[in-house]
Amino acid sequence: MITVNGKSVQLTKCNLTEYLKEQGYNTQRVVVELNGKIIPKKEYENTVLKEEDVLEVLSFVGGG
Amino acid sequence: MNITLNGENFATNAHCVSGLSKEGLFTPEWVVIVNGFQISEDTPIKDGDSVFIIPKSTLPGKEQLEAMLMARHTPKVHNRVKKASVAVMGLGGLGSNIALQLARTGIGSLHLIDYDVVESSNLNRQQYMIKHLGMLKTEALKEQIQQVNPYVNVKTTAVRLTEDNIIEYIKHSDVICEAFDKPECKAMAVNAVLENLPDKYMVASSGMAGLESSNAITTRKIGSHLYICGDGVTAAKQGCGLMAPRVSICAGHMANMILRIITGNYDV
Repeated sequence: MITVNGKSVQLTKCNLTEYLKEQGYNTQRVVVELNGKIIPKKEYENTVLKEEDVLEVLSFVGGG
Repeated sequence: MNITLNGENFATNAHCVSGLSKEGLFTPEWVVIVNGFQISEDTPIKDGDSVFIIPKSTLPGKEQLEAMLMARHTPKVHNRVKKASVAVMGLGGLGSNIALQLARTGIGSLHLIDYDVVESSNLNRQQYMIKHLGMLKTEALKEQIQQVNPYVNVKTTAVRLTEDNIIEYIKHSDVICEAFDKPECKAMAVNAVLENLPDKYMVASSGMAGLESSNAITTRKIGSHLYICGDGVTAAKQGCGLMAPRVSICAGHMANMILRIITGNYDV
């Protein structure tokens, strides 16, 4: 189990890019914090999610 | 006794404000400020007081205008706001409103950043007028700020911000405001600041389109230095446009959070 945006969920994909895509996020529109640390976009591909991780995904919508 | 009248030393025997002038001061034609507060009826004065007496219809000098701004805040708040600098990225419905609100509050410096020009589709929610069509937004907004508060130090940059150049343009401002339209630009800006300027306070936005409830728009704090205003979900798209009231509500959240940060209130 990992915590995503405050909710406990089953970890389905270990690769961050794959996980975000599976959850329907557009990776060009998100800010990702993993265990309190911002993950630079270029590191998504090499970031591995593991049990007990705390993931925050902030997804922006258009308008301004 | 000696007082300061319109910013200069003044010796007087008057005991009340009305004794300082032959004019009937407490009429619609005059603004009278005593020690930073605007008064509407005669008030006693004492040695060392600061008094401004200004005709309502004329542009006051810098000191008088600042005194009037102080009269609308408190001197302590005004002093901190006056020293602060804010970078506003994107001068659309959010950015144009935020910049003008900060100017009205007496902000010291604004860095206005937008590559685009004013077009007719902007008039439904952005702080521009027909006379501004075709002008760079940076210049059109600067012109309006100077009409509201000519003592704001306004810097303009008409470039398209990318992840390669953004930090260079914003690193000198105290508070960073993300007011872009496109979600990719919003995410780029927030990622860039969180990665490269982790000690900067940043106020960003997401979700203010449509006619959903005003009360769905909130200010959220994320981590220690990032604030997001909006409802978080209502995207601008076909059938769900951006309209002045809700965009202004979000802009108000953002400008108020910026002022709270500047004055040392870091809670939402």
